[in-house]
Amino acid sequence: MSDMPLTGASPSAITAPRSFQEIILRLQSYWAAKGCAILQPYDMEVGAGTFHPATTLRSLGTKPWAAAYVQPSRRPTDGRYGENPNRLQHYYQYQVIIKPSPPDLQDLYLGSLRAIGLDPALHDIRFVEDDWESPTLGAWGLGWEVWCDGMEVSQFTYFQQVGGHDCRPVSGELTYGLERLAMYVLGVDHVMTMPFNDPASPIPLTYGDIFRQTEEEYSRHNFDGADTAQLLRHFEDAEAECDRLLGFPPEDPKTGKRIIMAHPAYDQTIKASHLFNLLDARGVISVTERQAYIGRVRALAKKCADAFRQTEAGADAEGVSA
Amino acid sequence: MPDLLIELFSEEIPARMQARARADLQKLVTDGLVEAGLTYASAAAFSTPRRLTLAIEGLTAESRPVREERKGPNTSAPAQAVEGFLRSTGLSLEQLEKRADKKGEVYFAVIERPGRRAPEIIADVLDATIRNFPWPKSMRWGSGSLRWVRPLHSILCLLSDEGGAEVVPLSVDGIASGNTTRGHRFLSPGVFSVTNFDDYAAKLKRAHVVLDSAEREAAIWHDAQTLAFAAGLEVVEDRALLTEVAGLVEWPVPLMGRIGDDFLGLPPEVLQTSMREHQKFFSVKNPKTGRIEGFVTVANTITADHGATILKGNQKVLAARLSDAKFFWENDLRVAKSGMAEWADGLKMAEWADGLKAVTFHNKLGSQSDRIARIAALAREIAPMVGADPDLAERAARLAKLDLRSAMVGEFPELQGLMGMYYARAAGEPDAVANAARDHYSPLGPSDAVPTDPVSVAVALADKIDTLTGFWAIDEKPTGSKDPFALRRAALGVIRLVLGNGASTEISTKLITHLDIVLSDIAMTARRQAQQSGGDFMVAIGQALKEVDGIQVPVTILDLLAFLHDRLKVFLKDQGIRHDVIDACLAMPGNDDLPLLVKRATALQATLQTEDGANLVAGFKRANNILTQAEQKDGVEYSYGADPKFAETDEERALFAALDHADALIAPAMKTEDFATAMQAMATLRAPIDAFFTATQINTDNQIVRRNRLNLLHRIRTICLSVADLTKLDG
Repeated sequence: MSDMPLTGASPSAITAPRSFQEIILRLQSYWAAKGCAILQPYDMEVGAGTFHPATTLRSLGTKPWAAAYVQPSRRPTDGRYGENPNRLQHYYQYQVIIKPSPPDLQDLYLGSLRAIGLDPALHDIRFVEDDWESPTLGAWGLGWEVWCDGMEVSQFTYFQQVGGHDCRPVSGELTYGLERLAMYVLGVDHVMTMPFNDPASPIPLTYGDIFRQTEEEYSRHNFDGADTAQLLRHFEDAEAECDRLLGFPPEDPKTGKRIIMAHPAYDQTIKASHLFNLLDARGVISVTERQAYIGRVRALAKKCADAFRQTEAGADAEGVSA
Repeated sequence: MPDLLIELFSEEIPARMQARARADLQKLVTDGLVEAGLTYASAAAFSTPRRLTLAIEGLTAESRPVREERKGPNTSAPAQAVEGFLRSTGLSLEQLEKRADKKGEVYFAVIERPGRRAPEIIADVLDATIRNFPWPKSMRWGSGSLRWVRPLHSILCLLSDEGGAEVVPLSVDGIASGNTTRGHRFLSPGVFSVTNFDDYAAKLKRAHVVLDSAEREAAIWHDAQTLAFAAGLEVVEDRALLTEVAGLVEWPVPLMGRIGDDFLGLPPEVLQTSMREHQKFFSVKNPKTGRIEGFVTVANTITADHGATILKGNQKVLAARLSDAKFFWENDLRVAKSGMAEWADGLKMAEWADGLKAVTFHNKLGSQSDRIARIAALAREIAPMVGADPDLAERAARLAKLDLRSAMVGEFPELQGLMGMYYARAAGEPDAVANAARDHYSPLGPSDAVPTDPVSVAVALADKIDTLTGFWAIDEKPTGSKDPFALRRAALGVIRLVLGNGASTEISTKLITHLDIVLSDIAMTARRQAQQSGGDFMVAIGQALKEVDGIQVPVTILDLLAFLHDRLKVFLKDQGIRHDVIDACLAMPGNDDLPLLVKRATALQATLQTEDGANLVAGFKRANNILTQAEQKDGVEYSYGADPKFAETDEERALFAALDHADALIAPAMKTEDFATAMQAMATLRAPIDAFFTATQINTDNQIVRRNRLNLLHRIRTICLSVADLTKLDG
């Protein structure tokens, strides 16, 4: 069908970014210009940007919300000692979360691709069905993986449920796998050779200059070094602490205010989830136990979601939900 | 007569849902219109990734007025009854008519419904259709409460005739209907209005949208073939992929690329699966060598560089994917060559066999490794019955599932078995063993081919019998529509394997011996779990065996046999054998020997299709009824030998002779399982039995003669029932 007249060519050429960090910076400016609060990464080990309370907790309740941030993410089982061109146990996700999801979210998203040099007039951008589910967060949504020339560059999800609660209104969530996306934009074949800062800088640094050694160290740690008995204890501790924090009465005797410790409890959920991932990487969790551990983390996530719904930030507009 | 055009424009609809959604839209709207009193000449539904469209031609402009009369309660009825009638009719008391009736004066409601204009009806029907659309999965978005497959953006709803077009006004959750739509997301992003279906389809095409999925499929297939042909290659046909890809694009542009030389050594199935599952590429093969050498990807856009950037990107993604696959393949081959054969010989544990110990097959039934050991033992035992070498069958069973631990099957589960064959071959195993790895999962569905190589048959049977026995032992049987372990499929597999290969297996004995093995594995598994959790071994084992109700071995086996018989009935019904014929044969001894059962049923069905056969059944039933009644009345069983010397009529004597004659034929025929001969002989009894009943009264005053005749009927019963349980037959 290529004999039809060509219309809708790109209005203006977009300059190609030159480094990993430039792609991040462009995404930051783009989403800042679209009105998102540009947050900083959450200061805990998480498996994905979704775990940031700015997404999980803030997608609950009716209060409008718009945030974007980079989130360093850890998947201990994906460690390959820095040798695999695409796999890392520590990587970056770019996360955008907007509540309620705006009607033009797809167009906003496509604008962000243009901003980093992926011009839809030259590339084949496709929305391919991919339903998202996080068994540990008790969350699911419908959406797509976005393909650029056959490669998955983002995950696009309309949250339907988080922590067992229906999302009303619905949040729209965008997740960009930054390394993979940047490698494609920059035409790099191995993540470790990717320019991190501008290659023309006085001190040019590649991704490998910064992360090859840590990938080695953490791969060894994740697969062989981590003390499994201690990790198991810490898992139990995190679980118990989460419960304990949520067991306090809402009224704080010192200030006389209603202070529910939803966020500190949720930190323990994040901790438990990461400890589970480490235990999984160490190969000490059997197939049957696996489901049970996931269920335990999900139970924590649900309790935290319940608690957050009782707070001001997570309440419905007409007041604190029952 | 006006035409109706509806378009529901949304964000990208999953490709796999589009065909069903087209049909649902057409049915829901047309049914709704017809129910409301409109008629139409024709309707057609279309879909692209972003729209569902329905075009209806020749719709009536309004519904006819309807006058309905309903009889209500008596005018003296209690107030509640009258109120109820008013509610159901929507009328007030003054509007009711009083009419004289047999039982006095009765209220009558005369309800006149005026004809409604089509737009009103359409608005109602479309509103209800959108709100209740049966998407397999639907969602909410923004602050709205409407559910659709993905956010719904606009509704086009237009009635048009020669005089012009009018928008049918409606509003669903804030989305108001209109006469506008959009073209291709990137190539023609503007909004435009349309006046009727032809205008709509033509403008869409100008805006880079091919509305009809069949047209997109045809274009993709044509262009893909042209590209391949020009390079001396051909596209591998894949209907399902074609439909899926056509559901992913509004403006299909096939592009062809080559697979790097590095990857051409991969098995063709691996190339095809990887390209299809991950990238939705068609495979392109070289007709001379049969090798997969290229791919066709279908882009959704045209670019200034004629797709060069798109193709380059796709090629890069493919190379990364295939590098993974190649790594898996080479690694797997190394494992296969290094230890697989030795493991099968019992000398050395191969890496995979070891790994399968850690893979739980089922919480109560142990690991995959336990399961393989059971299947191997059973395959060895079944081997002689299907003409396989027991050593080879056992060896094949031990190797058949090792590929579950291979990296390739980890990545592409659908290649299980097939990779097993490649790896077994690489390990130097004989073809029979390698092929059993590939074929032992078969038959997977009712139309899937049944393996015929004896070694494959033995392993395939053992695999399925182990599944059935295992899940029966732990009481995880299919219920209603739920069959999570595909046990119905396994049972049908057993039936087809046995019948398709003429194997004579008395299944019940196999099930019983195998259940023993399964139970011991259940006990072992419980013991292992107790060991891990520090529990008491004996308590755990006792508990496990108590829970599985497997202590009652005969009950479990009988229940499983009944299940197999149920599946056999379904299977034979599909083959045209009557259900009552199957029941008549199932009631006979040896009913766990499936080929015997089928032989008997086939012969019986053939006999019943002859006039003699059909009439014989009537004669048999008459004899049986008279005899049963007499036995109940007299409280005795008439099973003494009837004596011809008490025979009074010629017909009676003739029947004695006929029974002697039939007996002499049937008894030896049954011994050799020659049901056809036995049943033919049985059918010859029809004439003498009919003649006997016509000429002879059973109940005479002479008690000796009566008893003798009843005993004669008993001979009919015995002879007929020795062939099949004719009492189970209909009619």
